[in-house]
Amino acid sequence: MADLTSKEFDLSVTTLRDVNQYLHRQMAADGVTAVTILNPDGAHSLACGMNAPAEIEIQGHVGYYVAGMNKHANVTVNGNAGPGAAENMMSGLVRVRGFASTSAAASARGGCMVIEGDAALRCGISLKGADIVVGGDVGSFSGFMAQAGRLVICGDAGDALGDSLYEAVIYVRGKVKSLGADAQYEEMTDADRASVEQLLGIAGFKHHPSQFRRIASARKLYHWNADANQEY
Amino acid sequence: MPTDSTPAPEGSQHVLREESFTIDRRAIDYVQRAAATGLYEIRGLGAKRPVPHFDDLVFLGASLSRYPLEGYREKCSTRTVLGTRFATKPVELAIPITIAGMSFGALSANVKEALGRAATDMGTSTTTGDGGMTREERNSSRTLIYQCLPSRYGFDPDDVRSADAIEIVIGQGAKPGGGGMLLGQKVNPRVAAMRTLPEGVDQRSACRHPDWTGPDDLAIKIRELREITDWEKPIYVKVGATRVFNDVKLAVHSGADVVVVDGMQGGTAATQTCFIEHVGIPTLAALRQAVDALEDLNMRGQVQLIVSGGIRTGADVAKAIAMGADAVSIGQGVLVALGCNSETYLQGDRQISAVADYHRLGTAPGFCHHCHTGQCPVGVTTQDAVLEQRLQPATGARRVRNYLKTLTMELTTLARACGKQDVHHLEREDLVALSVEAAAMARVPLAGTSWIPGHSAT
Repeated sequence: MADLTSKEFDLSVTTLRDVNQYLHRQMAADGVTAVTILNPDGAHSLACGMNAPAEIEIQGHVGYYVAGMNKHANVTVNGNAGPGAAENMMSGLVRVRGFASTSAAASARGGCMVIEGDAALRCGISLKGADIVVGGDVGSFSGFMAQAGRLVICGDAGDALGDSLYEAVIYVRGKVKSLGADAQYEEMTDADRASVEQLLGIAGFKHHPSQFRRIASARKLYHWNADANQEY
Repeated sequence: MPTDSTPAPEGSQHVLREESFTIDRRAIDYVQRAAATGLYEIRGLGAKRPVPHFDDLVFLGASLSRYPLEGYREKCSTRTVLGTRFATKPVELAIPITIAGMSFGALSANVKEALGRAATDMGTSTTTGDGGMTREERNSSRTLIYQCLPSRYGFDPDDVRSADAIEIVIGQGAKPGGGGMLLGQKVNPRVAAMRTLPEGVDQRSACRHPDWTGPDDLAIKIRELREITDWEKPIYVKVGATRVFNDVKLAVHSGADVVVVDGMQGGTAATQTCFIEHVGIPTLAALRQAVDALEDLNMRGQVQLIVSGGIRTGADVAKAIAMGADAVSIGQGVLVALGCNSETYLQGDRQISAVADYHRLGTAPGFCHHCHTGQCPVGVTTQDAVLEQRLQPATGARRVRNYLKTLTMELTTLARACGKQDVHHLEREDLVALSVEAAAMARVPLAGTSWIPGHSAT
């Protein structure tokens, strides 16, 4: 007997617009809680604007803005994701099993993003409260102007990590090529180790929190200061 | 050469006061301020220098060659529809005069509510700003345009869904190429919470969007917003006026329903003075380039054009529409309607002098551009709990409504005088220029001639 709570779409047959409109408008009314999407073939904006709890599995690679502005849903990409995956996410969980391109979880305000592979440039740019766990490395300018939330990097980081950070915190396990302006290493506290342990648990990564270093803002860019030789 | 002819005191030698054109009192003041502070000046409002503007154009009213409409009796439509290209729910307005994007943070919650009420009464739209959408403005605005800015402060998909259109802001006329700025004194607890920032921080926001770069990405970003809103809502793209011909074409190619072009006289709540005065082109020049771009693409009427930056009067609105704009957007004019730069503010039925408060800021009514301080003496551009009480929503709404009514009456008066039953029938052929510069920028003939500088007379 067919499972009435799950549904499958094939993007080589159904249009992106039809799939997204189903997810926004019809899914909850149909009582469907799990959707599988086949043959995404790099489609942009797949499962963006979700506004209801659901399990969405995407079987393949996606383009820009997968699960953009996600609320409530758990979206899994069984492949790589293009730029801006889970951008401005509000809640829920977005997991990319492969690599994520630039600006992953940009300006995300809540929920959690897990990238099992590497993340490219500007991962967590303008982060506003969400959590990000990256299994591999992150590119340069990750955490740029991040305002709130946590970014856990299990691999290495590129240049200018945490440039112009506000109150977001970065935990990094591997090497850091360079820190950005106003970012500094700080002591790991018990609370930091508990945070890292919790986030590694969500991601399912088996590292020990003691292997991570904490990076946060020195808060020297918070106010205009003529004597600091800042390049405003 | 400017000289000071003040007579020398009795018995003293004649004092020669020959001012340098290059190192004049303004330049001396600038250098001495820079030497004292080591920081550039930051201020509010827009460019103060004289530039060719709509005042340099006049209408050719109807006469023998075409006949006018009765000023008080014959119908003249002002209805305006924006976003007809892709959106299934275009924005329908009663007048072609909209209220420009200004942030909660730059403006008080009372002001945002007043603007919403006035716009709703007049059947036009208001716009959020670089601080997210407040309940006050959503509840008071029938038609609310939601800005998507580089900072993404408070950006919320629920607000995307509740908005009537989305405006992707690439830049603004006061500072094309610059990000937002809100000094610490205006970052109070509510503003800080909405923007996810520490209280009191000198906020300098991003100048580029975090998740896209360039026109090819913008096309994909626009499609994402369309997918999230199920293709219902118009998507506007706003640019600060620089390379307008190319930027408008790229915005159209990226899939915009509406392009907003903001000229250099456009206002700001806080920006470096060097930026305000030295970056960007005048609204008049920008408007013509934007119209040329749409005509070049054969997209006039399919993609609507909104122009802003120093629109003050009904005549400005009429000229902008005759040049090819579908609507205008007003920021500073609306602030002045609320009381910006007034000597007094209204408390109950009493007019109370604010002059001493202007003086405390080192300015005076008529000259104030101190929006960045958050100490607005008339309660408009402030987050101060005491000062913001100087502008009550009902008072502000009435004044803005009156202002918009006046502009609309002037607009229809001019349209009827040119023989138009619909203000959108005003056309370039109805205009001539009073100066060579304006004729060259607007590409309309110098009055009394058929000469457009740079174009051979036909």
